Amino acid sequence: MSEPQRTLAAELVPTGPREEPSALTINLIGLATIVRKEVRRVLRIWIQTIVPPAITMTLYFIIFGSLIGRRIGEMDGVPYTTFIAPGLIMMSVITNSFGNVVSSFFSGKLQLHLEEMLVAPLSHVTIVIGYVVGGVVRGLLVGALVTVVAMFFTDLYVEHLFVTITTVVLVAATFSIAGLINAIFAKTFDDISIIPTFVLTPLTYLGGVFFSTSLLSPFWQSVAHANPILYMVNAFRYGMLGSSDVSIGTAYLIIVGSLVALFSFAIYLLHKGIGLRH
Amino acid sequence: MDALVIEKLRKVYPNGVEALKGIDLTVAEGDFFALLGPNGAGKTTAIGIITSLVTKTSGRVSVFGRDLDRERDAAKALIGVVPQEVNLNMFERNFNTLVNQAGYYGVPPRIAAERAGKYLKALHLWDRRDDIARNLSGGMKRRLMIARALIHEPKLLILDEPTAGVDIEIRRSMWDLMRDINASGVTIILTTHYLEEAESLCRNIAIIDEGRIIENDTMTNVINKLQREAFVLTLDRQIHEAPRLDGYTVRLRNDYEIEVEVTREQNLNKMFAELTAQNFNVVTMRTKTNRLEELFMRLVEGKHAGART
Repeated sequence: MSEPQRTLAAELVPTGPREEPSALTINLIGLATIVRKEVRRVLRIWIQTIVPPAITMTLYFIIFGSLIGRRIGEMDGVPYTTFIAPGLIMMSVITNSFGNVVSSFFSGKLQLHLEEMLVAPLSHVTIVIGYVVGGVVRGLLVGALVTVVAMFFTDLYVEHLFVTITTVVLVAATFSIAGLINAIFAKTFDDISIIPTFVLTPLTYLGGVFFSTSLLSPFWQSVAHANPILYMVNAFRYGMLGSSDVSIGTAYLIIVGSLVALFSFAIYLLHKGIGLRH
Repeated sequence: MDALVIEKLRKVYPNGVEALKGIDLTVAEGDFFALLGPNGAGKTTAIGIITSLVTKTSGRVSVFGRDLDRERDAAKALIGVVPQEVNLNMFERNFNTLVNQAGYYGVPPRIAAERAGKYLKALHLWDRRDDIARNLSGGMKRRLMIARALIHEPKLLILDEPTAGVDIEIRRSMWDLMRDINASGVTIILTTHYLEEAESLCRNIAIIDEGRIIENDTMTNVINKLQREAFVLTLDRQIHEAPRLDGYTVRLRNDYEIEVEVTREQNLNKMFAELTAQNFNVVTMRTKTNRLEELFMRLVEGKHAGART
C-alpha cells in the first residue's frame, strides 16, 4: 500500500448505468460458478480426491478378485471378479460423491467462506445443485477410473446402457446431497467422519458389493433388503451384467425416492438456516 | 431514498440472550455512517441480520426500499460486506476468489474477470493475483475482502472492523480508499474500535450498547456534546509540581508534562497566556484521548454506572 490511493474515486465508480440481472440470470451464472469452483477443487487436489480410491479399488481387485476370487469361482453365473466389479465401482462412486461434498461444504463452513454464497442473492436450490454437481463429477471421475482398473482384471461389458448411466448419476447425486446434509449438521471434523465410518461403510459392504443375497438365509435376506444401498448396487450390476437380486423398478423407486427426500430436506435446512445461520 | 432503514429490530438468540432490543436506525444514501459500540453491544448481530447471516426475531429491515422479508435477494444484491472475521477460502487463487464472488451475484465471467483485475489493481493486490489467500499478510487479506465486497459494485458497503489488526501505514491508506469508495457514490456503514477512524471518516454516527441505540446524530453534534477535553502539554523546563492556572484543572504527569482540562466555555488562549506569565513555554501539545473515544467512554460507562446504582 505504498502507492498513493487518492486518485481511485473515478476508477471505483461503476461504469455505465447499473444493471440488475434477473433472478434467473443470477442463479444460472451462480450455479455455473459453484460448479466450476467445485470441479476445480477436485482437479486441484487430485492426489487426494482421485488417486487414493483408485489405489484402494486396485487392491480390492487384486485381493478379492484375483487371489480369493479364483477359489470362489462363479457367482450369479459370472466369474467372481466380474461380479464384484460393478459393486466396487458403485462403492467408489458412493463414498467419493459423499466425501467430496461433505468435506468441501464443511470446510466452507469452518473457514466461514460459505458466507460468500449466503450473503449473495442465490437461491438455496442453486447452492445445493452446485455442490451436488461437484460431488457427482468427482464420483463419476473416480468411478470411470475404477472401471479402467477393473478392465485390467476382468472383461467388463454393459448390458443396459440407460440403466447403468441413470443409476450411477442418480446414486452419485443422492450421496452428494447426503454429504451436504452431514456437513450442515457437522460442528467438528469428527462429525464428518462418523457417518461415513459407522453408517456408509457398513451399509455399502452389506449392500451386495461382494456377495449375492441368495447366499443369505431368508431372515438375513429380508434384513439385507432394508438396506437402500443393496438396491443401488444391484441396479448398477443389472445395467452392466444384466443380473440383479432385486426388482429394477423397486430399485429406481428407492433411488429416486431417496434423492427427492434428501434434496427436500437439504433445501428445508438451508431455508431454516439450521447449522448455517445464527 | 434511504440506503438502510431498520425498524424495531429485535434478536433473541436460542440461549436467551437478547442481542438487539428493538433498534431503529436510518442511513441516508451516500452517507459514511459509523456504528459504534463496545464488544457484545449488538453491532455484528445487526450487520448479520442486514446481510442475511443472522435470522432476526422481529422487526423490519429494508435496503434502498427493498424489504429483506419480501425482496430478500433484491436487497442482498445491493449490499457488499467486509466481515469482522477473515472468511476467505484460504486455498483459492485470489483472482478466482473475486471472479467467484462476482458469479454469485450474476456477473458474467468476462465482466467478472475485468472487474477482478480492476479491484485487485486498485487495492494493490494485482501482483498476488495467482497466490492463495493463505499466503497473504493480514492487511492484504483485509484488502482482498474489500475487493471481494466491491466486485459486484454494491450500493451499500458494510465494513465491520475492516482495519482490525492492520498496521498504521496500511490503516491510513485504507482510510483514503474508503473515502474514495464513498466519494464514488457508495453508502458506507463502518464499525470500528478505532474511534479516531470513525471521527475522521464518518459524517453520521450511532452508538449501540446492550442492544439499544444510545446515541444517533451527526458526528459534529456528537462531538459537540463533549463538555470538556484534556490536553497534554510538554513544557520547556523541568517542574516538580503542576503550575496553578486560574479556572483550569491541572495535573502533573511527569517532570516535563502537565495535563490540562479545558471546558467548552473556556479557551486555550487564556491558558497559554497564564503559562507564559509564569515563564513556561509550551514545546508540544496533544489531546489526551481521542474526542470521540472520550465521549464514547462517558456514554457507555456512564450508562453502566447508572445501571449499577
